[in-house]
Amino acid sequence: MQVQKKKKSQFARQGTQDKIILITGYVLLGLFLVAIIVPVIYIILASFIDPITLQNKGLTFDFSKWTLTAYQRVLSNGQIWVGFRNALIYSIAFTALSVIVTLLAAYPMSRSDFKGRGFFNVIFVITMFFGGGLIPTYLLISNIGWLDNPLAILVPGAFSVWNMIIARTYYQGVPRDLHEAADIDGASEMEYFFQILLPVCTPIIATIAMWQFVGMWNSYFDAMIYLNSASKQPLQLVLRAILIQSQPEPGMVSDMQSTAERAQLAELLKYATIIISSLPLMIMYPFFQKYFDNGIMAGAVKG
Amino acid sequence: MSKPSTSVPAGAPYKASKLHNTWVYMKHHWQLYLLFIMPAFLLTVIFRYIPMGGVAIGFMEYNPIRGILGSEWVGLAHFKRFLSSPDFLSYLMNTLKLSVFGLLWGFPIPILLAFLLNRIMSKKIKQKVQLVLYMPNFISVIVLCGIVRILLSPTGMVNMLLGTNYNFMTMPQAFRTIYIASGIWQGAGWSSIIYTAALSNASKDLKEAAIIDGANLLQQIKTVEWPAIKDTVLIQFIMSVGNIMSIGFEKAYALQTDLNMGASEIISTYVYKRGLIDGNYGFSTAVGLFNTVINVILLISMNAIVKKMNEGKGI
Repeated sequence: MQVQKKKKSQFARQGTQDKIILITGYVLLGLFLVAIIVPVIYIILASFIDPITLQNKGLTFDFSKWTLTAYQRVLSNGQIWVGFRNALIYSIAFTALSVIVTLLAAYPMSRSDFKGRGFFNVIFVITMFFGGGLIPTYLLISNIGWLDNPLAILVPGAFSVWNMIIARTYYQGVPRDLHEAADIDGASEMEYFFQILLPVCTPIIATIAMWQFVGMWNSYFDAMIYLNSASKQPLQLVLRAILIQSQPEPGMVSDMQSTAERAQLAELLKYATIIISSLPLMIMYPFFQKYFDNGIMAGAVKG
Repeated sequence: MSKPSTSVPAGAPYKASKLHNTWVYMKHHWQLYLLFIMPAFLLTVIFRYIPMGGVAIGFMEYNPIRGILGSEWVGLAHFKRFLSSPDFLSYLMNTLKLSVFGLLWGFPIPILLAFLLNRIMSKKIKQKVQLVLYMPNFISVIVLCGIVRILLSPTGMVNMLLGTNYNFMTMPQAFRTIYIASGIWQGAGWSSIIYTAALSNASKDLKEAAIIDGANLLQQIKTVEWPAIKDTVLIQFIMSVGNIMSIGFEKAYALQTDLNMGASEIISTYVYKRGLIDGNYGFSTAVGLFNTVINVILLISMNAIVKKMNEGKGI
């Protein structure tokens, strides 16, 4: 109660001009929040409504027109589960690989006595701004023999310079005493790194892991150009067929008689597909919220 | 005469001993080189630097069967063909407009959001607001574009609200607005984190002192909050300008329709189509390289300008 009183009085003390600015600001913020929430609610509601009703009348709260058909059709289709499974495997594998390589590399780069630090730094940072581009990379992957091989989407991007810089900055904030103590105990670099340094760096590890996981889960370009077999496609490519190309898996709509009916059903399937495919991350991300600020802060210190 | 003769023998052992020191250091700290940095170094060399050498393809009539060594050099022919084609200006302008307008609209909004979030006193409310603001960031590009297409379809929510039945996805004049607005919808909240973090470093004492001195809101922002985030804003701005030409392929491609191509065909989608769909490797590489070079020039000049304005501080 007291806190609230204090707040009110603080607001009351402010001049008229300040109040106008603040109220305008909060109204704009409120509008932005509404703009985020309304489409989401619309999609959720629409996913339950019979396609013909939706097309003719829009949203309705006449529950007799509500149906779970779209969910049944999407969930009973094999390809979307294949997509889920692949996305999960790729995202976990990519996250593990990327976090290990990036955290390892960040350690020598965080030490001022590391000879060759300047050299490696230049080598790494150049790649943030300059690259060979699409075709040379594609030809390299094809020469290695990784076309239609999941390694093509997992390995090349595993080392992230940006994340290395963030991890490096975080390591530099760890007290030197820890390292000196480990030195005296005769611990090797590996022992120090895994047993002493990493345990105190969990916030930054969680942050980087989350970024990499979400990044892999949500991307489609690499999979689109490198993976051709349907059995290897991640979720986003399955979604692309349904949402962007309006070509759902034949099995989802084939029992419909007319082309028009099929097209209508294909539209309805989009809503349910969006909900089903976004649900896992939507449920997961609030649990990571506490790490968001940490990670960004660590990276922001030195840019 | 005596000076150089003494400095040469004195310099050589010094250099040798420095090399020797490095060698001793490396032997002593071999784990740092072989276990820690080697994986990242190898990945970088193989998957970043070898393709950089591959830009040579841009100067060749590349034949996949004969490979780089057997293909015929054509010099700047691909570049000339691209630069003189009537489509060149259109793709370049589409790319530039999309990213420059995207930057102009998209850059200030996260900063404003951070200022507003910083003024929400209740921690609970602030956290809930942030939860909603960050949510769209976790939606994939494909799903975002799927939602956009649904909402903007002739029978979609937007047309229902307006009482019209435009097919927005087929209108070139609507493409940029769709692209930029949906980008802000998805990314503004997430991008505000970095400023929120910088603002939380702003000294509370300083702010209280300013309030006691009777500073009004704008004065407080000017003297306390803006200085706290100024460097972050600058770095973010330079980075965004440096990425102007590398505007994402994924979203532009997912929002493209046959009819809005006049505004939605940007250099990266063009590179993809000419290269991987048509198999025109040499030409596509040249276009990509052209894009990268412009990007690097923009980044370097932007950094120089900011350095000048900001008393020698750049990145």
